[in-house]
Order: sequence, then structure tokens, then C-alpha cells
Amino acid sequence: MSVEAKSETQTGAKPKTGADLLVQSLIDEGVDTIFGYPGGAVLPIYDALYKARESFDHILARHEQGSVHAAEGYARVSGKPGVVIATSGPGATNLVTGIADAMMDSLPLVVFTGQVARSVIGTDAFQEADVMGITTPITKHNYQVQSLSDIPRIVKEAFHIASTGRKGPVVVDIPKDISATIHDENYDTDFHLPGYQPTTKPNPLQIKKLADALVRSKKPVLLAGAGVLHGEASSQLKAFAVKHSLPVTTTLLGLGSFPGDHELSLGMAGMHGTYAANKALYECDLLINIGARFDDRLTGNLNHFAKYATVAHIDIDPAEIGKNVETKIPIVSDSKAALSELLSVANESPKHYEWMDKLNAYQAECPLWYEDSQEKISPQWLIQKIHEATDGDAIVTTDVGQHQMWAAQYYKFTNADKWVTSGGLGTMGFGFPAAIGAQLAKPDETVVAIVGDGGFQMTLQELSLLQEKGLPVKVIIVNNEALGMVRQWQEKFYDERYSESLLTVQPDFVKLAESYQIRGLRVESPEELEHIIPDIFNYNGPVVVDCRVLKLENVYPMIAPGKGLHEMIGVKP
Amino acid sequence: MRRVITATVQNRSGVLNRVTGLLHKRQFNIESISVGRTETDSISKMTFVVEVPDHQKLEQLVKQLNKQIDVLKVSDITDKAIVARELALIKVVSNSQLRNEIQGIIEPFRASIIDVSRDSLTVQVTGKTDKVEALIDLLRPYGIKELARTGLTAFLRGHQPQVTDLPSYSILK
Ligand SMILES: Cc1cc2nc3c(=O)[nH]c(=O)nc-3n(C[C@H](O)[C@H](O)[C@H](O)COP(=O)(O)OP(=O)(O)OC[C@H]3O[C@@H](n4cnc5c(N)ncnc54)[C@H](O)[C@@H]3O)c2cc1C
Ligand SMILES: Cc1ncc(C[n+]2csc(CCOP(=O)(O)OP(=O)(O)O)c2C)c(N)n1
Repeated sequence: MSVEAKSETQTGAKPKTGADLLVQSLIDEGVDTIFGYPGGAVLPIYDALYKARESFDHILARHEQGSVHAAEGYARVSGKPGVVIATSGPGATNLVTGIADAMMDSLPLVVFTGQVARSVIGTDAFQEADVMGITTPITKHNYQVQSLSDIPRIVKEAFHIASTGRKGPVVVDIPKDISATIHDENYDTDFHLPGYQPTTKPNPLQIKKLADALVRSKKPVLLAGAGVLHGEASSQLKAFAVKHSLPVTTTLLGLGSFPGDHELSLGMAGMHGTYAANKALYECDLLINIGARFDDRLTGNLNHFAKYATVAHIDIDPAEIGKNVETKIPIVSDSKAALSELLSVANESPKHYEWMDKLNAYQAECPLWYEDSQEKISPQWLIQKIHEATDGDAIVTTDVGQHQMWAAQYYKFTNADKWVTSGGLGTMGFGFPAAIGAQLAKPDETVVAIVGDGGFQMTLQELSLLQEKGLPVKVIIVNNEALGMVRQWQEKFYDERYSESLLTVQPDFVKLAESYQIRGLRVESPEELEHIIPDIFNYNGPVVVDCRVLKLENVYPMIAPGKGLHEMIGVKP
Repeated sequence: MRRVITATVQNRSGVLNRVTGLLHKRQFNIESISVGRTETDSISKMTFVVEVPDHQKLEQLVKQLNKQIDVLKVSDITDKAIVARELALIKVVSNSQLRNEIQGIIEPFRASIIDVSRDSLTVQVTGKTDKVEALIDLLRPYGIKELARTGLTAFLRGHQPQVTDLPSYSILK
């Protein structure tokens, strides 16, 4: 928020319309970046934004789906709610995928949608859509504003709900007549939410139970999920793991919560996780889950999951505990509070030499692997090169598919909040706009969007934003001329019947970039890549790289559908 | 398992949709649901009768309901001392000869005839579900033209017996 804007609103006239009141409420919340797209039902809001344009950076994505994914990327790396505005009807429905995505991955968003005037709601009026009905199952909460004087309170509640407890998206639907009405009512910003009291502090009895279990355990393992990142608990996690010499594995969304290069790190677990991580989860006698929701991509067949283990689960959402996996030690708490408490009560546990030796042997014998290729670029090697060129410290966003898994496997994240990917919904089209949001939140950091040739084509219209805002995002297209992940499943499980998964016709991505006045490059061989990669990351502006990789490469190791964590295929021979 | 769950909720527009939508999305089977205002202005009470396969699913149901921001309190009162009632309106085929016979059937149920026409009469009965069902079964042979039931509504009795080793579904408190 700029200083002038603040003093102007303080000394200037009172807000005049409902829309002015909304804009003032956003300023009061400290919002400085808005991802939005105008239209009829939000014209009053856009007029109010125009008057307050000094206070906000408004990002006009070229499709509302781009706005909402950018807001997700912004929220993921900054921890602050992403703010989105869209018009009624098609504007609002274009947001649906992003809202559902944010709900799945617990990302804080506050989304404002225009609505037709109150007098015509329910009459199939022009551009009317039942936004409340559509978004109820995919939001943490939603509101339709019924009275102008409620706006400041509802905005406050919306930001509070989105950014506390288990974070998530909140939608506020605002009828046009309310935002257009001249405001002369009194209003109250105090709110009281008796039905919303997240538990953030752990129960000491349960902490004690866990500390005791830890002392008895011979084969413990820590599973770190996104809840560690949401709770900003990475340093506590590290201290806890080191204190008790606990091997640590993470979920896809927990990458970066524990340094991937640490000697206690087993890497990612799950469908495309490491052999050692999955064996550890299978064989352990104590599983301490911190902020992971035991998703099926992580657990594989539940009948085989952690079947010899006492399970402890620390989660801020009580409904996640015991949902998929029977839990002996439930701890409803914020991850940081629970870890701090554990650090203070638990005495150092005995060392588990035998167990560690076993896990180290798994790691040494069955590491991640791929066959080197001389003429063509291996996608895994490409990720390693990106890691090298960015000192392993870039913000990496991905789309969904094979490239996403290779990025997860080979970009060894050592720091928190550097990894932005769509996990729960698995939304193609997410990666590129999310990179834009991440770059806006962290203008001084290197942001790399690793995308597939398929998914990039779902939201590439946002190249306009790189041009317009001068954002130096590096877009790396892992181009295998296929919907690779689908093709891989068809190869393995449908006898190579490649039904609609080959993308033989493609745009010239270099020319496409150039048409947006963005630097475009194509690399086809390992030498070319070696040669050009420093240039990509030293260049002080956006680059789109069409990187031609081996077309038939598959993601391994993997757990086939229905199989347990101990039944990995494609492990290093 | 058949369970009786009550929820006190903020009386806001859309709250019924939130709750039923949630139960539907999570594949819970609602047998009946009744909603109405309470002694407090802004608060409504819902009573659900649900069929759940096991305790784990029951726990999920209670927790998911609790997570709703407009939901203030959720209780599984199945195993407590409760008063539970529903009301049914039953329109039965009848004529002047049969009227006395039907009157005789419904009397032990303390049901009453609230509407009469040339070829039918309407019985109103209140009580626990099994009582209501028993009466419906007895009236069925006469021909039921129309049946409407409110679903169960319930709350705890004023006095609860001391032994309450009920499962607790909240890890928080
Ligand atoms: C193609 C594809 C392949 C995939 N393969 C894998 C795979 O191999 N392995 C894998 O793990 N995943 C994989 N996934 C991702 C998977 O679908 C899930 O998204 C992921 O496992 C969820 O990780 P999570 O539980 O850590 O995060 P989330 O789903 O974000 O859950 C976070 C949990 O933390 C809790 N929480 C939030 N805030 C806090 C706090 N402050 N304190 C404590 N707890 C908190 C939440 O209540 C929630 O339970 C894949 C996805 C795709 C698209
Ligand atoms: C919106 C959407 N549609 C379809 C899918 C199913 N899907 C998952 S991965 C994938 C292929 C992605 O292809 P590409 O973007 O080229 O990446 P690659 O797997 O080749 O790395 C598809 C179609 C999806 N996840 N999201």
C-alpha cells in the first residue's frame, strides 16, 4: 500500500459506494496485489479500484483461470491470501477449477465475484450463475453479501477464515446493486465466529504419548507434509529429526519442508517416490505424520500401508486424523506448536543404528535412476541441469504430468516455500500462471516454470503478463510431443494403445514467445543445453525454452494402481 | 448403524444446503432430516437419522459437520437418554362403515383423525419411529392413499443417567 493512498483515504471523503467500501476494506487488510478480470457485474468495483489505483498492483490475466492460479502461486510462496476478482456468470465459473485446486491443497484465497442485482437473483438474469451453489462444496466458506453495511465485516471474516487454521479459499459474492449503492449506513467490522475455533495447541497428554512411543521405537520414520510448510515449522522439524536421528520422508507437497540433501532425508514417498522412502513407510514400527493427509497417491493400497506401525498424526484439521489410516496417537495442532512442544518434552531417543543402516542400504542399492542418453536430452538430466544452474534455490512451479514427477524427484529442494505444484486436484494449466503469481510475490528470486507441452497449451495466453509486467520467469517446456503421463499409462496398462495422447501438431513455441516480445529458444541436444543453460538463467528477463526431450521416457520407480508401497516397479536393477 | 445426530447451526441462508451437500458429497446416507428454529433467535437445530457402516465413518461424519463454519455443535445422541418424536400424516381409504374400525386401531397409538371425506380419512400420529411405523403397517391393508412424515426430531432428556461411557468423537476437548 502506498503512503499517499493511505493518507488520501484518511483525510479524504468517506467511501461513497459499496464498491468503495469494499476497496477500503481491502486496503485495511493490507492487500497490495489483486488478480482480476472486469465485467458488467463488477463495473462498480473496477471503478472504485480505478480511483484507488495507487494502492494496488492489479494483474489482468488473460483468462480468469490464469488469475486464480496466479493467486494460488502468490499465496503458496508468500503465505498471504491471494485476492481474486471476477465478474458474474462466466467470469465466476472460469474460476471454479482454481478454487477447487486451492481447496484441495489448502491454499488461502479470497475470491470476490460479481453477482446480478438482488432484485433479479433467481430469474436467470443475464450472466447469472448460482455461485453460492457452485462453490459451496469447493470452498472453506462462502458468502453472498445481502446488505451494504455487511461488507467490511464479511471481508474481515473472509480473510480470517482463509488464512487461519487449515487455510483455504473463501468466496464473497457481491450483487451489483450493492456495490453500486451510495453508502450512508453505519457499519461494524467486529466479527464473532462461534462455529470456527481452530485448535492450534497440542494436547500435552498426546504429546507425552508420542514422546514415549519414540523412546520405545526401533524403526521410526517421520513423514512431513504440506502442513509443515503451512505452519512454517521447517526449522523445528529439522531440529526434531536431528535430535532423535529420525529418517524423514516427505509427500509431494511437503517437498522443501526438510532439506533434500540432508543425511536423514529419504526423499519423497508415494507412487513415484523413492524406494527407500516407501520401504521405510512399509517396514517402520512408528510413523509420525506431520501435516500430511495420507492421500492415496502417497499410501498406495491402504491394506499394506504402515501395517507394522503405530501411527501418530499431527494435523490442524481433526477430520484428517483417522480418515484414511487408523491412528493411535492423534494430535490436533498446528505443526509448529506441536513440534516445539515435542522438542521441549522428549528426551533424546536411543540411536537406531540397525534401522538406519538398512535404510542407507536401500538408498545406496536402489537410488533414483535413468539411462543416460547421448543424442537426446533425458528429462531427468534436464531437471538436474536446472538444479545446478539455479544452485538448487529457485522457486520451481510445475504443471501436471511426467515433468512434474521428474521435477519432484530430481530438483532436490533444500528450502521451504520454493516448490509450487498442484497436488490434490492435479490441474493441468496450473504451472505457468502459478509462476507468474510466485514471481510477483518474490520479485527478486529466480522463478522457473517447468511445464509439459500439453499443460502449457492450456494457459499459455498468460505470456502477455510476462511481457506486460516484465516478469523474468523462465519457462521450460519439457517437450515430449505427448500427454506424457497419459501415454505412459497407456503404454504400461493399455498395451500401448495411445488413444489421443500424442501431440504431433504443436505451435512453434519459439515464434510464439517472440510474438509476445519474449525471448524464445529451442534446444534439442545435451550439448546445446549445456551451452545455453547459463545464458537462460543469467538473462535478465523472461525466456521460453522449448526443450525437446526423449519422447518415450517413463517416470520410475512407480507403484501400480492397487499395489502397496512395498511393490514398486521400475526400481534400479 | 442407524444413528441420530443433532446439529445446532447458525440460522443463515444456505446452511441447510451446506450440510446436506456435505453429507451427499461424502456419501452419507440420510434417512431423515428435520430442521427448525430453537429458543435462540439466530440458531436452528437439525436432527438427522443416518445409516453409517462403521464407527470410523461415523467419526468422519461428525468431524466434517463440525468443520462447517455455520455449524456450532454436533452430537451423536443415539446412545443417550433422549426424547425423540416424529409426526406422520396418513390418508387412508375409508367409508362410513370402516371409520369406527379404524378409530379402534389408532386409539392405542393416541393418534387422531384430523380430516374426513366421503372415501378417505387422515390420521395424525406422533411418536418414536417404530411406533409410527407400526401404525402405518396396521393401516396399510385399508389402502394408504398418501403418506407424509416429518422425520425425527430429538433432544436430550433433562436428566441423564450417570454411567456414560460413550465414545467421544472430539479429540480437541
Ligand atoms: C501426477 C501426480 C502424482 C502424484 N504422486 C504423488 C506421490 O508419488 N507422492 C505423494 O506424496 N503425492 C503425490 N501426488 C500428490 C497427492 O495427490 C497429494 O496432493 C499429496 O500427497 C498431498 O500432500 P500433503 O498431504 O502433504 O498436502 P495437503 O494435501 O496439502 O495436506 C496438508 C495437510 O496438512 C494439514 N495442515 C495444514 N496446515 C497445517 C498446520 N499449520 N499444521 C499442521 N497441519 C496442517 C492439513 O489439514 C492437511 O491434512 C501426486 C499428484 C499428481 C498430480
Ligand atoms: C485439466 C486436466 N485435464 C486432464 C488431466 C489428465 N492428465 C494428467 S497428466 C496429463 C498429461 C500431461 O501432459 P503434458 O502437459 O504434456 O506433460 P507430460 O506428462 O508430458 O510431462 C493429463 C492429460 C489433468 N490432470 N488435468
